[in-house]
Amino acid sequence: MPVLSVQSLGKRYGAVEAVRAISFQVQANEIVGLLGPNGAGKTTTINMILGVLEPTSGSIHIEGIDLRAQRVRALERTNFAAVYAPLPGNLTVYHNLRIFGLIYGVKDLRHRIEELLVHFELEKFRRTKCGVLSSGEQTRVALAKAMLNRPKLLLLDEPTASLDPAMASDIRKHIRAFADGRAGGVLWTSHNMYEVEEVCDRVLFLSQGRILLEGDPKTLPAKHGQKSLEDLFIAVARDTHVDGGA
Amino acid sequence: MSPDRTFAIVLRQYYLMRGSFSRFIPLFLWVAIDMVLWGFLSRYLDSLTAHGMGFVPKLLGAVLLWDFLTRVMQGVTIAFLEDVWSRNFLNFFATPLSVSEYVGGLVITSILTSSVGLAVMLALATTLFGLSFFSYGLVSIPFIAILFLTGISLGVLGCAMVLRLGPASEWFIWPIPILISPFAGVFYPVSVLPAWMRAVSYALPPSYVFEGMRASLASGTVSAGSMAVGGALAAAYLALSCWVFKRTYRYAIRTGLIARYSAESVA
Repeated sequence: MPVLSVQSLGKRYGAVEAVRAISFQVQANEIVGLLGPNGAGKTTTINMILGVLEPTSGSIHIEGIDLRAQRVRALERTNFAAVYAPLPGNLTVYHNLRIFGLIYGVKDLRHRIEELLVHFELEKFRRTKCGVLSSGEQTRVALAKAMLNRPKLLLLDEPTASLDPAMASDIRKHIRAFADGRAGGVLWTSHNMYEVEEVCDRVLFLSQGRILLEGDPKTLPAKHGQKSLEDLFIAVARDTHVDGGA
Repeated sequence: MSPDRTFAIVLRQYYLMRGSFSRFIPLFLWVAIDMVLWGFLSRYLDSLTAHGMGFVPKLLGAVLLWDFLTRVMQGVTIAFLEDVWSRNFLNFFATPLSVSEYVGGLVITSILTSSVGLAVMLALATTLFGLSFFSYGLVSIPFIAILFLTGISLGVLGCAMVLRLGPASEWFIWPIPILISPFAGVFYPVSVLPAWMRAVSYALPPSYVFEGMRASLASGTVSAGSMAVGGALAAAYLALSCWVFKRTYRYAIRTGLIARYSAESVA
């Protein structure tokens, strides 16, 4: 069973169709990249999967659970980290993890927090308020929060934006280890095509609310007459003809 | 409803207050200043009349009860505004946390914070100015209950307004008690108001409390029917405010307001 199944998902704001009847799945142990230019509908799609934006049409199932009908059960199986949603800066790292751990109903929370503090090298920041941490440290805290409940579906919206290359590489390793080590799947958005090529098992190219292309990021560019994933991205973004495009 | 998730909202506020002098002090500082100011004023007014008019229970008691309502309302709104200020809506509402659990957490937070304010006010009014809450008798229980329910209703309604109109609208919340007080007959009988203001005051649960307080001091009795009307109105407003908040939340989910809620994107 896929960890995420999206069927004919659409979102309309008045006359504007932000997402147009898209369908895709994310399997366990799979990292799927959701790519596309600004305004393509990536964040809208992620927000609908997170339950903070109501779709106009279509359905979302997380581990077979209908998000619309059983919101709590579905969201207990997910978690997310996004560059635009930092954890409250006026609480310490430990306090943030404790509060979100309670909300997600994490068993043996104290032990789980300790595990994550070690895993993300945050032990020395446990009593530090999140607002004074560097971007990289805040990203690590956000990822620790995102993994508190051992989610089956992890949603990451540009998790490495604003990080230096070394830090971004560490974060990618953490996420790859998450997907490899558990029966969890990851839906990842990024504008860094090298990163996507390195980490993602499969990519979906979104443009004007539609999935234009889908496939292996290593072979997809050549299939569509482009040298690299970045060239393919630019071609999609500029709406130029892409050979074999859907 | 999950008690753990509701507890998480209360715990968040506790952590914030424990670690912040500027959040903890206002729990009792302003009400303490009010008690001292109105306490001396009441004592002075008493000294101007030959046999004393009993201004302490009338004025100071009224200020104490009104401050309690204000603290209850602010207990809800300040806990909510913490999420506005820290742009935390997306983090909270993308979790299994339900609206009922969230609002429940805000209400429990308010019960705890307003209890601190009430305790400080009672301690000061009793020790410094000899105000005995027992002078109102057992009716002080429905007084407190009606004001508490009204404070919660106003708080939840204020939260719905900020959720719908954006962070800048928080400034509409703060004057709400001041706007209501002329109609609620806090310091004078409702009978002195012009007809249109009286009509408004009959729709406000606190009016029944302050009328009842004065009746209790004058005759030692309070109309049970009047208290029942005040209580029923307060319960109805609470139900209405929760319904409005839930509708506003549904609107915010439908339009994407929750997802992009920030000072920059919504105003």
